[in-house]
Amino acid sequence: MRRKGVSYSKYGYIFTLPFVLAFLIFSLYPIVYTAVIGFTDMKGLIPKPIHIMDNPFQNFKDLLFDNPTFIKSLTNTGLLWVLNFVPQMLLALLLTAWFTNKRMNIKGQGAFKVLLYMPNIITASTIAILFNSLFAYPMGPINSLFEMLGWSDAPIFFLQDKTTARGIVAFIQFWMWYGNTMIVLIAGVMGINPALFESAAIDGANGVQTFFRITLPSLRTILLFTLITSMVGGLTMFDIPQLFLAGGPDDSTMTTSMFIYGQAFKGSYMYNRAAAASMIMFLITAVLSSLLFFLMRDRDAARLKKAEKMKRRAARSAQATTAREV
Amino acid sequence: MEKIKSTGNVNRKLTKTIVYIVCILLALLSILPFWIMFVNATRSTPEIQSGLSLLPSSHMMSNLRVLLDKSFDPLQGFMNSFIISSAATLCTVYFSSLTAYGIVAYDWKLRGPFFTFILCVMMIPAQASAIGFYQFMYKLHWTNSFLPLILPAIAAPAVVFFMRQYLLATLSLEIVEAARVDGSGEFKTFNRIILPLMMPAVATQAIFAFVANWNNLFMPLILLTQKEKYTMPIMVSLLRGDIYKTEFGSIYMGLALTALPLFVVYFLLSRYIIAGVALGGVKE
Repeated sequence: MRRKGVSYSKYGYIFTLPFVLAFLIFSLYPIVYTAVIGFTDMKGLIPKPIHIMDNPFQNFKDLLFDNPTFIKSLTNTGLLWVLNFVPQMLLALLLTAWFTNKRMNIKGQGAFKVLLYMPNIITASTIAILFNSLFAYPMGPINSLFEMLGWSDAPIFFLQDKTTARGIVAFIQFWMWYGNTMIVLIAGVMGINPALFESAAIDGANGVQTFFRITLPSLRTILLFTLITSMVGGLTMFDIPQLFLAGGPDDSTMTTSMFIYGQAFKGSYMYNRAAAASMIMFLITAVLSSLLFFLMRDRDAARLKKAEKMKRRAARSAQATTAREV
Repeated sequence: MEKIKSTGNVNRKLTKTIVYIVCILLALLSILPFWIMFVNATRSTPEIQSGLSLLPSSHMMSNLRVLLDKSFDPLQGFMNSFIISSAATLCTVYFSSLTAYGIVAYDWKLRGPFFTFILCVMMIPAQASAIGFYQFMYKLHWTNSFLPLILPAIAAPAVVFFMRQYLLATLSLEIVEAARVDGSGEFKTFNRIILPLMMPAVATQAIFAFVANWNNLFMPLILLTQKEKYTMPIMVSLLRGDIYKTEFGSIYMGLALTALPLFVVYFLLSRYIIAGVALGGVKE
């Protein structure tokens, strides 16, 4: 009898305390601190006391209106993301359609998954420098390959051309991530109610029809999740462009993260400008995350609420009809 | 009728062949760059510059000697990366499990809001707070220390989210009740009974946490300036510097050395890794 009176709810607080403390100290405080620095004139190697500028938004204004390099880094980031995400999604969808098609019955799926996912696990820094060496000029593996296949007469200086450099960075990102996306999508297809596919088969739908009418609509949530996580990941893209060409040629592969890093930690110590840039990046991420949040909130609860509303409305209209009848 | 059926069969066989060809090409695309990396690690710089080869040569040791002569210390980098990644992984999986258990097993007033909060902060990138984080660590004199790379791992919202889903699906509160009747304290129940039950999820998340920490470049690059503290990815970034400009053989050697441990881990654990990816939510 007594045991019922014991309340365990305090353990909820105790068990989540380490998480909360670590979050407050190592995430929330630094974010607030970064935001504050964004409003100050803090620069230089020697730390100075916090001094808010007369116009607190000066750093943001400078970045957005007077800093072509920052704007370029934002557009580069967006461009590189689109260039890697669109082909990545298309290829992942195609492979998903093939691998989950029961009539085709592709063998060796396990081995293919292991190999296609492999680049994702290897250190991005290593991959960036590896590709830099592969595209070396005048003699590197890719140049040798082109010569062997007769595609080029003279060695090509790939990394000097802006478009080629961007294309290679986007390709590396694509190459590292399409296997991941494919595995997530295949898992999503496995989670679809098999009865849907059966009834489609009975109705005589072919593979293409089944894919576009049943598989794709059922994957909507997963596709959106992949889209948003990839956007946030793409927004913070750093390792590959930093080590591949350090942003060159002519800043054509410089991303926002590299801009922040460059302003603060590469000799100019412009902490205020870097902090303001971080905050702009943070705001973009926050918008994307809130989208994801609405997507992932308890869907059952929402559905339940909707059903209840419908019921109430139905009851009301039923009442109305009975009233009229009377 | 017969004819239609046979053309259908031919078509299907053709499609299937195309599918296999594409998949094999993609698999080759995954393998080839790394293959060239390992092969070139054994070839001398003149050999590398004279053309492509898919067969190893005999200059592995001389490449290694050139590499180690020039401030590249893969053993030190390996040790540093290993210490940071292991400690951070332990923090992540233990405290995330604890937090998830706190959310699932106990009925407390702020449980709902707390979970909402975790969903909200799941996507905040490290880059967004890097400047404040660096200044904060600078004041604590924690730059060039491993602590700022380890302790933040205690709060890993995405892992808590994953662990909560796992616990919701598998935990029966009757076990907890039974442990209470037997006089087990709440912490003991978690450590002795719940944590072992969560092992499949813990193992999956541990692999990903370890790899993510191992591959992390941004934070260590900002915080660690002393050579003897460098992690593996920072070591790799040295290979792009001027000192190795013409030593292609040793550059490939350095790259191969940094990638090798990951290949070993991947081929040992690939089954679990692929299954873990399929569960989703591991995208950076």
